[in-house]
Amino acid sequence: MAQGVCIITEFREGAFRRVSFEIASEGRRIADELGEPLLAVALGEGVEAVASDLGGYGVEKVYVVDDALLKDYRAETYVPVAAEILQNLSPKVVLTAASVDGKDFSARLAARLGAGLATDCTELKVEGGGLKAKRPMYAGKAFAWCEWSDGTWPQVASCRPNVMDCLAADASKKAEVEKADVALPAGNLTQVVSIEKDAGGKLDLTEAEVIVSGGRGMKGPENFAMLEELAGILGGTVGASRSAVDSGWRPHADQVGQTGKVVTPNLYVACGISGAIQHLAGMSSSKYIVAVNKDSEAPIFSKADYGIVEDLFQFLPAFIEEVKTLKSTC
Amino acid sequence: MNIVVLVKQVPDTETKIKIGADGKSIETSEIKWVMNPYDEYAVEAALRLQDSVGASVTILSMGPERTVESIRTALAMGADTGVLVDDPATEGSDGLGKAKVLAAALKSLEFDLVFCGHRAVDSDENQVGIMVAELAGIPHLGLAVSAEVTDGKVKVQRPIEGAKVTMEAILPALVTFGGAHAVWNPRYASLPGIMKAKKKPLETKTLADLGLSADEVGAQAAKVSVTAMEMPQERQPGRKLEGDTVEKAKELTRLLHEEAKVI
Ligand SMILES: Cc1cc2nc3c(=O)[nH]c(=O)nc-3n(C[C@H](O)[C@H](O)[C@H](O)COP(=O)(O)OP(=O)(O)OC[C@H]3O[C@@H](n4cnc5c(N)ncnc54)[C@H](O)[C@@H]3O)c2cc1C
Ligand SMILES: Nc1ncnc2c1ncn2[C@@H]1O[C@H](COP(=O)(O)O)[C@@H](O)[C@H]1O
Repeated sequence: MAQGVCIITEFREGAFRRVSFEIASEGRRIADELGEPLLAVALGEGVEAVASDLGGYGVEKVYVVDDALLKDYRAETYVPVAAEILQNLSPKVVLTAASVDGKDFSARLAARLGAGLATDCTELKVEGGGLKAKRPMYAGKAFAWCEWSDGTWPQVASCRPNVMDCLAADASKKAEVEKADVALPAGNLTQVVSIEKDAGGKLDLTEAEVIVSGGRGMKGPENFAMLEELAGILGGTVGASRSAVDSGWRPHADQVGQTGKVVTPNLYVACGISGAIQHLAGMSSSKYIVAVNKDSEAPIFSKADYGIVEDLFQFLPAFIEEVKTLKSTC
Repeated sequence: MNIVVLVKQVPDTETKIKIGADGKSIETSEIKWVMNPYDEYAVEAALRLQDSVGASVTILSMGPERTVESIRTALAMGADTGVLVDDPATEGSDGLGKAKVLAAALKSLEFDLVFCGHRAVDSDENQVGIMVAELAGIPHLGLAVSAEVTDGKVKVQRPIEGAKVTMEAILPALVTFGGAHAVWNPRYASLPGIMKAKKKPLETKTLADLGLSADEVGAQAAKVSVTAMEMPQERQPGRKLEGDTVEKAKELTRLLHEEAKVI
């Protein structure tokens, strides 16, 4: 009989990534509703040292595999190890992170387990003793509710980072930690050649609370300095429309939209972006949207909570000054 | 070297999505169908290898008859042959079901590499390609923004949050492609290319041809399925701020701080 809710953590450079705590918190809620225990699988070199911290988010027991083979994420090593643990545990629900590595892992894991996978879920519910998951399609132009067929376990859902509520950690609670007794795969078909960190520790768009994006209206790459400054003061990061990326003004990783990153920050500031349907698909779920555009008819205004109809080269310097003043007084 | 590229046909990204009468799928009557953009990047990546090291490129697709157009587009770009699995029994398949069909079709093809998109921009499932790799028992590398082949290995760059990872896999392997249009600038189908494509081999297969029975895939085999769809919450019509530059800047700052509480 399938039993329990199990989360799979994401561990990088000696620490759990925040999304792990989000899925632990969500997992706790689901486990309570199902009346099941909350378990975790934690893989990675050095993960054993921090595994019990998951207790602070409601995890009861963590199965760890701490080995040099698992230093960096590779589907080839992570998937068979996690799959074997899960086959032994046979949980009802498996929650994973819909991060870059998490999505990669989840797909291969689900195939190995012969399980149904709902990717990038933004909301989970319990109904009829199982999971019901809401997920965006068409980059957020529509949402689907997914359900698993009767009696198919585990129900695997990857959860979009930064969307689900994260409990405040209760540091007094520790999870029980057990070394999982599994065979380590050879892992000789794939290899991580190198990992090069992005300069300046730029926050990824999918993880940023504030995004200041620029489009063709920015006129040239040099003018993005203004957006960098604003994003810097707001603790955010810079994004771009496809036009700005196609023009070579910004790296492809900055592209927001249906064929770029789909983002959900608290604040999205669109500067010199018209609001094409592919761009809107990627950012319409942001909590607050500000648009700065000199064309009052630009479609971006239909999505903006606050619209500024003005030349951005005139408006942004004044806005940056005001934000600086605010930040210096509070 | 043989490369198989998995190509899905999806609604044009210009499409305004409307929910269909059944409440769980989209209205398709007015849709223009195109090759999934990420699959177009995968085709481009394969054709670059065809140019540089020599490769035969086969397009493999599952879908209804109209999918032939997307396969022809890839053939016109320079791919050599196409295979379409067209069988009504595949309808309603979940990710794993689709992967089973594609993996079965792959068995009858020669390949050193399988290329595909990291996601199809219709239902954004992010899984089918990788599941094919698992079912085919080959390694995969995901979200590549480059691909080189040397000494029986494929080497890719893969951007993750805050870093770029370079990875290698021994062939045969599957690679899923990400990046953006600007990374790949997929070639257009030239007029001579389009003429030539008409004569290139394009085979259509059914589940029976692949040795699969209808109950192994399709809606009844699906472990997970969409039971309802909804549109995103309409955003409240926002307001355009009035006044001169400094007034607007002050007001926006105040609103973001006091009303929205996001700065
Ligand atoms: C298959 C496909 C996929 C796509 N995917 C994406 C995607 O993922 N993301 C994406 O963004 N796009 C995508 N696009 C492109 C999309 O259709 C638009 O072309 C693009 O979003 C336009 O970018 P933009 O708003 O920067 O440029 P434009 O549409 O040219 O808009 C520029 C805006 O700047 C304003 N402006 C100009 N000067 C000033 C000034 N001085 N001050 C204030 N405002 C000014 C103008 O009024 C205008 O509204 C895709 C297209 C296709 C075909
Ligand atoms: N019906 C299909 N036919 C061919 N390839 C597909 C099909 N569905 C998905 N794929 C491949 O799998 C990738 C990921 O798709 P998805 O999991 O639907 O997001 C796509 O980019 C395609 O390369």
